[in-house]
Amino acid sequence: MLFSLEQELPPVLPHRAEEKAPLLKPCDGTSPPSVLNPSLPSSATNPGTNMTDSKYFTTTKKGEIFELKAELNSDKKEKKKEAVKKVIASMTVGKDVSALFPDVVNCMQTDNLELKKLVYLYLMNYAKSQPDMAIMAVNTFVKDCEDPNPLIRALAVRTMGCIRVDKITEYLCEPLRKCLKDEDPYVRKTAAVCVAKLHDINAQLVEDQGFLDTLKDLISDSNPMVVANAVAALSEIAESHPSSNLLDLNPQSINKLLTALNECTEWGQIFILDCLANYMPKDDREAQSICERVTPRLSHANSAVVLSAVKVLMKFMEMLSKDLDYYSTLLKKLAPPLVTLLSAEPELQYVALRNINLIVQKRPEILKHEMKVFFVKYNDPIYVKLEKLDIMIRLASQANIAQVLAELKEYATEVDVDFVRKAVRAIGRCAIKVEQSAERCVSTLLDLIQTKVNYVVQEAIVVIKDIFRKYPNKYESVIATLCENLDSLDEPEARAAMIWIVGEYAERIDNADELLESFLEGFHDESTQVQLQLLTAIVKLFLKKPTETQELVQQVLSLATQDSDNPDLRDRGYIYWRLLSTDPVAAKEVVLAEKPLISEETDLIEPTLLDELICYIGTLASVYHKPPSAFVEGSRGVVHKSLPPRTGSSESAESPETAPTGAPPSEQPAVIPAQGDLLGDLLNLDLGPPVSGPPLTTAPVQMGAVDLLGGGLDSLPRGDVSGSPAMGGANFAAPPAGTMPANLGAPLGGGLGDLFDLAGGVGTLSGSYVAPKAVWLPAMKAKGLEISGTFSRQVGSISMDLLLTNKALQVMSDFAIQFNRNSFGLAPAAPLQVHAPLSPNQTVEISLPLNTVGSVMKMDPLNNLQVAVKNNIDVFYFSTLYPLHILFVEDGKMERQMFLATWKDIPNENEAQFQIKDCPLNAEAVSSKLQGSNIFTIAKRNVEGQDMLYQSLKLTNGIWVLAELRVQPGNPTFTLSLKCRAPEVSQHVYQAYETILKN
Amino acid sequence: MIGGLFIYNHKGEVLISRVYRDDIGRNAVDAFRVNVIHARQQVRSPVTNIARTSFFHVKRSNIWLAAVTKQNVNAAMVFEFLYKMCDVMAAYFGKISEENIKNNFVLIYELLDEILDFGYPQNSETGALKTFITQQGIKSQLTKEEQSQITSQVTGQIGWRREGIKYRRNELFLDVLESVNLLMSPQGQVLSAHVSGRVVMKSYLSGMPECKFGMNDKIVIEKQGKGTADETGKSGKQSIAIDDCTFHQCVRLSKFDSERSISFIPPDGEFELMRYRTTKDIILPFRVIPLVREVGRTKLEVKVVIKSNFKPSLLAQKIEVRIPTPLNTSGVQVICMKGKAKYKASENAIVWKIKRMAGMKESQISAEIELLPTNDKKKWARPPISMNFEVPFAPSGLKVRYLKVFEPKLNYSDHDVIKWVRYIGRSGIYETRC
Repeated sequence: MLFSLEQELPPVLPHRAEEKAPLLKPCDGTSPPSVLNPSLPSSATNPGTNMTDSKYFTTTKKGEIFELKAELNSDKKEKKKEAVKKVIASMTVGKDVSALFPDVVNCMQTDNLELKKLVYLYLMNYAKSQPDMAIMAVNTFVKDCEDPNPLIRALAVRTMGCIRVDKITEYLCEPLRKCLKDEDPYVRKTAAVCVAKLHDINAQLVEDQGFLDTLKDLISDSNPMVVANAVAALSEIAESHPSSNLLDLNPQSINKLLTALNECTEWGQIFILDCLANYMPKDDREAQSICERVTPRLSHANSAVVLSAVKVLMKFMEMLSKDLDYYSTLLKKLAPPLVTLLSAEPELQYVALRNINLIVQKRPEILKHEMKVFFVKYNDPIYVKLEKLDIMIRLASQANIAQVLAELKEYATEVDVDFVRKAVRAIGRCAIKVEQSAERCVSTLLDLIQTKVNYVVQEAIVVIKDIFRKYPNKYESVIATLCENLDSLDEPEARAAMIWIVGEYAERIDNADELLESFLEGFHDESTQVQLQLLTAIVKLFLKKPTETQELVQQVLSLATQDSDNPDLRDRGYIYWRLLSTDPVAAKEVVLAEKPLISEETDLIEPTLLDELICYIGTLASVYHKPPSAFVEGSRGVVHKSLPPRTGSSESAESPETAPTGAPPSEQPAVIPAQGDLLGDLLNLDLGPPVSGPPLTTAPVQMGAVDLLGGGLDSLPRGDVSGSPAMGGANFAAPPAGTMPANLGAPLGGGLGDLFDLAGGVGTLSGSYVAPKAVWLPAMKAKGLEISGTFSRQVGSISMDLLLTNKALQVMSDFAIQFNRNSFGLAPAAPLQVHAPLSPNQTVEISLPLNTVGSVMKMDPLNNLQVAVKNNIDVFYFSTLYPLHILFVEDGKMERQMFLATWKDIPNENEAQFQIKDCPLNAEAVSSKLQGSNIFTIAKRNVEGQDMLYQSLKLTNGIWVLAELRVQPGNPTFTLSLKCRAPEVSQHVYQAYETILKN
Repeated sequence: MIGGLFIYNHKGEVLISRVYRDDIGRNAVDAFRVNVIHARQQVRSPVTNIARTSFFHVKRSNIWLAAVTKQNVNAAMVFEFLYKMCDVMAAYFGKISEENIKNNFVLIYELLDEILDFGYPQNSETGALKTFITQQGIKSQLTKEEQSQITSQVTGQIGWRREGIKYRRNELFLDVLESVNLLMSPQGQVLSAHVSGRVVMKSYLSGMPECKFGMNDKIVIEKQGKGTADETGKSGKQSIAIDDCTFHQCVRLSKFDSERSISFIPPDGEFELMRYRTTKDIILPFRVIPLVREVGRTKLEVKVVIKSNFKPSLLAQKIEVRIPTPLNTSGVQVICMKGKAKYKASENAIVWKIKRMAGMKESQISAEIELLPTNDKKKWARPPISMNFEVPFAPSGLKVRYLKVFEPKLNYSDHDVIKWVRYIGRSGIYETRC
């Protein structure tokens, strides 16, 4: 595959209306010629065709626009039409003819359909640049939508949807509504697509106007083409609203789709099959019955229908038990159509082969007997050849290895360098994969080395190195032959491989020291790969033949450590040096240690990606072998798809609801470019998966660079305290707020006997106290990004309110945020959404919702939070302290009896006393203020003129804190006693009290 | 979905440009030209991604057709559509050439508007399209019935046929066209061989005829033969095993899947009813026996024998054997017993042509190739010897057993239909390594 995702599009050539002088640039095939090139030689070579339409392409002379204007306003119909044709021809080659807008629109009112279509084409191109004038066209559209001829009605509604001007879309709604219910199916099928067009321009409008419901109704239309287009439109709209249940697929609607499948056009079948693939059957029986109705599609002449059917089958097969007869029947049915795809045109073959590559990895059994069809034909285009070769290696097995090898040998003599290299490499892969063939592979490789074709030799040496590793002490006899070719190696990979071989088998090569020494001369000109390998090889040599090679090893060590500025090389050099100087025995153990086995399969696609790609069979993603998010911009198509869970006889642990299905899975944050984001990758920031939704506990924050900052122990696991047996865990199943009786009535005796309920009397505030924003990350520390923020808690949800200010001179974008593990598992509940790039001096205010289901690690201080923020420039770290009261939950009100029991139960050493000074409030005000922050006063007592408030609060992780607050009228100093199972929190709870009461 | 469709000439100048989606800008036109058409190296993939924009292209003679998208479209569909687009254009104005495209650009825009809506392919059957995209202009004069007939055909279940067709003489032609592919080792071992065949039908039938097509498909014959034991033995030899087949959209696939019967209402005129592939018991019409000997460093001796392997009463036609020669060939002397042979330096091959050859015959060519001495270490790749021919039978052994026609509404019966069947076997990629 040769494509670059990050290349920039070349800028558009500026087209000016008054561009009169034609650009007569010769077209030499290297420099982009001007699209304005007016002399198209073919018409010159065929003088007889001057009277045909091709002449429109040739007229470029001075004052053309002016002349066209005159012609467009001519009275003669024919002349008008000619003029419009000229305008369209100019538009095609890229000239700007927008200056003619009013004149062209004037031609719209005509009963000549051909002329009308041309004018419409012009409108679609230029309406956006001339929105005010485009309004002139509205009347004609509206009129045409009422035309008795269905073709005209459809044309009008189709064209109107392509004009992306807000004012026009307003006028479009009424005609569209009528057309969606038109009596003629041709108009309805056009209107169905028009809804998708309108949604692309103004999604809100479509929802408000109720078009989505009308569209859904069309799925039950009597005409199959209307159904197909409605499905296509709904699928597209649903893609941009992954959460909505727009395509409400259920057994009934699936049945309708399957019926329409038999009747609609080939394209319609594709839309329907692609939509079906998103459905999740409720059980294996339903899956099977859908498969049965889809399999006939495998005989369709259209390859895309076949591939889409294969997608549905591959996906639903996951749900079938392998013991089922039907399962093996289905497997057998899949092979022939896949093979047939290879007799299609080469471009389609390519698409098919890329898909087969995936299918072979997922279910090798389907095509295991079909090796021959992947043999390369001499005239295959190179892209087909390379793909076939790839599949051949995957299918190679003991049964067919002889044939495969004969083929590969043939390919190694072909012309195309890439192909030959791949073929040579494939021979090596075969040797590693099928042990029985290893010997023949090696001898084939030796034959190839004898050809002395430079790149063949180098490629062969690279693979032979792997063969040596797989089968040690078996084929070393060939080393002599390899050494003969030492001089011809000029590619780093081949040189490194050869050096590795010499070092590894130094004891068997008499002149190993000479060979290695010869490389040493140009040490600094070698690539890093070769340098590292050379260093290691010489150290190996020294360990094996210490007497003769002392000088050599010293030479390489000094080259590596003193003369090199590559840190990797220096580090490795120093390690060897230290090892050799301190403990040569240990050095031997380390350097000459037994090597781990190499794997048989290479280039396998990682299983989760493979499963996702199987869901995208037939699409671009399957061609690129990349998830859509890697090449699709924006939110579209980034919905993750996954295979249905296996519901086989033995593996039915997961129920379908818990497994993520095609439709409602999590959305990837659009702010993060999935490709080329090296920083994110390096730091293992795991920014990809979303931090929302229920299965969060399974998505822990990954350890990585962020973690290095923290360290510390997991001594405060979430929920541990309340769950401890001493607390009588079950009793603490928090009483839901508000269910407490308003009046507890009877006194309870004891010291706290005359407690009385306060619940009714306390006014509830809307949310807990929010501190003003403070600067967390100064701009000078973060390359111009300043972050200030605070935490708040409102009706049960915690959020981090941030102000991002761009104090740099460049635009910032691609923001993302990640928390390090912390004491209470605080984590972002949604990705950081900064909708537009932040331009210099701009500030944006963001409220980031948080939850407390992230990973837990005890921090010091307890409420310390380490944050990493990424933007397009860099990743920045800062830490901040959050006030503990954001963690006080709404149902933190303990029952009185429970309070008493708990208070007694908690040992006295856990009690902490604090003084809150300078607080002029009375008991009433205090408790109401505290209640706003979810500190609940359970009871109040007056003892010797002092008000005693008994309060409780609960943290998000289930820890209860009980408090006794002593308020003396007239004395601004309060005494706070706190009791808690986890005494570490007391200090922070006290601080929370202070902040709440004093603000 | 498809965001835009461009057609370029060989120089990369735009002939047609139609944008369907807002995310495709004018710069996409230039990007494709610069990165693909003007790229220095050979095309390495029919799909190119430039700055997150994907380009699909196909080439017809020296015309480039490119579809552009920014989404994760169905890639197979895009290519199928591009081929279909070529077919439709060819059906309207013949060969796809720069000249024809320029002459018909208004028509092409009209077609593009009709068969691709917002990037979604719509009905693209030429039969249906020709009823209302005519370049005749004024449509409003059609009667109401005519209009609704058009729209119901374009959108209907049988979008490929209109009602009310009448012929005085009901007639149909069936062509079984096969291409036989072979890759043989120098020793005569078959490395791979398959037949890809097509059944092309030309129908001139009145009304909405219901057709049923039968051939000597092994599965069908065995199913039917179950009753009479001796017949199974007889027909078993004549039946063929079809590896896989695909059908024109008029064929009821579910019926084929359940009963393996091929029933359909055909489009009017010519269409491809089915395609199939077989790999077992293929009759290889010719055998090529090569003998290449290197005489020193500057001379090659080549001897090639071809043997025809079919009934002596049949005649093969248009036989052509292509024997590749090394790049450093300086001169060639050829002697052949039959036909004409010529060394074509520009093609690096000896081309041997024989007009006709009967079955069970043999012919031979021998050539001496003089080589220029070179220092090139690279060995000559020795491309395979390839062959072209045409034979009047189906190398797969396929036989048409029947094609029944029922038209209940009109008064003609199966017997009144005049039916013709013809078999043609052609060489596909028919290669022997040497």
